[in-house]
Amino acid sequence: MKPPGAAKSETQDLAEPTLPLPDDPKLTANLTHFARALRKAGLPVGPGRVLTAIEAVQAAGFTRREDFYWTLHSVFVSRPEERQVFHQVFRLFWRDPRYMEHMMALLLPAVRGVQEEERAASAAKRAAEALLDGAEASAPPQREEERDEDALIEIDASFTASVEEKLRALDFEQMTADEAAQARRMLARLSLPVKPLKTRRLRADPLGLRPDWRRTLRGAMRTGGEVLTLARRKPATRWPALVVLCDISGSMASYSRMVLHFVHAVANRQGQGWARVHAFTFGTRLTNISRHLRTRDVDAALNAAGHEARDWQGGTRIGACLHDFNRDWSRRVLGQGAVVLLITDGLDRDDPALLAKEMERLQLSARRLIWLNPLLRWDGFAPRAQGVRAMLPHVDTLRAGHSIASLEALAEALSDPRDRGEKARLMAMLNG
Amino acid sequence: MSHRDIASIDAVQALLAGQNYICGRSLATVTFLALKLGRPLFLEGEAGTGKTEIAKAIAAALGRRLIRLQCYEGLDAASAVYEWNFAAQMVAIRAAEASGTGAETLRADLFGPEYLIERPLLQAMRPQDGGPPVLLIDEIDRTDEPFEAFLLEALGDFQVTIPELGTVKAPEPPIVILTSNRTREVHDALKRRCLYHWVDYPNFARETEILQARVPEAAADLSREVVAFVQRLRGEDLFKRPGVAETIDWAKCLLALDVIALSPEVIADTLGAILKYQDDIARLQGSEAKRLLDDAKKALETA
Repeated sequence: MKPPGAAKSETQDLAEPTLPLPDDPKLTANLTHFARALRKAGLPVGPGRVLTAIEAVQAAGFTRREDFYWTLHSVFVSRPEERQVFHQVFRLFWRDPRYMEHMMALLLPAVRGVQEEERAASAAKRAAEALLDGAEASAPPQREEERDEDALIEIDASFTASVEEKLRALDFEQMTADEAAQARRMLARLSLPVKPLKTRRLRADPLGLRPDWRRTLRGAMRTGGEVLTLARRKPATRWPALVVLCDISGSMASYSRMVLHFVHAVANRQGQGWARVHAFTFGTRLTNISRHLRTRDVDAALNAAGHEARDWQGGTRIGACLHDFNRDWSRRVLGQGAVVLLITDGLDRDDPALLAKEMERLQLSARRLIWLNPLLRWDGFAPRAQGVRAMLPHVDTLRAGHSIASLEALAEALSDPRDRGEKARLMAMLNG
Repeated sequence: MSHRDIASIDAVQALLAGQNYICGRSLATVTFLALKLGRPLFLEGEAGTGKTEIAKAIAAALGRRLIRLQCYEGLDAASAVYEWNFAAQMVAIRAAEASGTGAETLRADLFGPEYLIERPLLQAMRPQDGGPPVLLIDEIDRTDEPFEAFLLEALGDFQVTIPELGTVKAPEPPIVILTSNRTREVHDALKRRCLYHWVDYPNFARETEILQARVPEAAADLSREVVAFVQRLRGEDLFKRPGVAETIDWAKCLLALDVIALSPEVIADTLGAILKYQDDIARLQGSEAKRLLDDAKKALETA
């Protein structure tokens, strides 16, 4: 086998005498070009697949265009999403390969340029923030007055508690630019510990309860068939997956940014649990941003996510978005018992019956459904809004998500399966 | 007949049609390549689109044994490859004690072939009457990543290593078919070794053909009505859309009830055969089913 990247260099590479190749060098060259086109279009096509393709085309023959299409399809496509890309590239390429190359050449520098610019932009933004430390803080002028008023009261607090501790309890919405930046740094350090799940797979463990007959008998062989010790096994553990559904509509603006910083930290922390973290944003439509969250740089990740989700700070259609999630994604991301974190204020103007139905479906497919509602920070919060009334009966836990302290408390909800948060209190108000 | 000798895609299509399995050109092409190149076939798609059936059809058509490995959470080597018969081993130890056999002979005997329980993967490596078997690894998405990694090795070289006995290598590789309902993504490394195909719902003409092959006793008019209705149903906003298996089940139900033509009442009574979620059934209760049926009938008249 040739090392990866060999086919990338030049087509002649493949025509080395050691490889079992067809006599028709033109076919090999064309297939290699086609594979390159697919690779540029984003399909994971390596040199191994090119060799398989050549083999497959030889086997299937050239009689019909349709057969040729499905032959290459079976080799190069490995996910349903890739079918459309393959179809387009196939159509363009086998009409006029040069035209395709030309198009690619035209498109690629532009694409690459944008990416580099984006990377530079997020780095530059942070550099600017670092340089303009003081200047940036004055950004929202009306906040300055509030700060003066608050300052008198807060002086006492600052004697007893560190700045960080004060920040922990502070509402995200009331933070100044400085404080928000500091809070984001604290969020980046935050983790969301979770308990592992027992699986049905067994592993060797001297303290286990189930006997391991195989190892017992192998041990007995050494003592001439006398069983001296009983080898034991116990269930192995695995980590659950986390699915985050974050409301990014106008009413949630200041919270969703912070919460996404938190989600990014959770998604990128190594060795804390969570097999996988999937994140979706919704406002008027549902967007999957899981891929962007894996970018290490938090600014770049959220920027990319922002580009993808076009409905920042718009209206909310919670019911319709949950419907999309249930139909298109729930079977794929909730399959192995995932914990769902739903972050929204529940202010939805659509049909409450639809919302209640979708919430019920979501709860039925999730291991646990945790609702973070920043509105809970108000002492007088009552489930009066129709959206809140529709959603409340279908969540396992309801908690506030308005400050760092409240996000930290989330770990508590995760570690205790019976935790209900504020749900019982609000349900009593709902029924009373 | 060796499966590598199949001449063309048309031959595969005819072979499967002989087993009442009607498939499109695309699926026939992939199947042909899988047989010809000796590569595993990875079929992904919604439940009830005939992924498992094709393995049965291939096995029957070629006269091979079908070995099925149904995947589930926690599936491990002991239930997928082989296990030792511990109870028999214990008895053998006691017997050896009584007769005073030496430890060395005991060791050689105890971990020998007669105490080995072969599970599907190991069975598939053994030579079978009539040629290499068809190995169906069903619903691979239900297992976990460690098992996938294990499969990678087994499917790569078609061999299994048993520490006590040595390596068992398939003299001729089996025909391997993997299916997935996509409840999670299967790792690319495994997919890369296979030929991939997404099995879609068939169109009207093909589904009618399938239904007539599978339920030949149903009248042609009823089959067309059933298929037209189910096809309309798939266009609706349902949590779980009915597959071809449901269409066949439903047609059988209607036959058992001696139904000649579809009516809203009949649909309401038998909806449980095609829709399996309460939400979906509730949606279709009342005027909705009648609207779909009228749509379907109108389309049939114009066609």
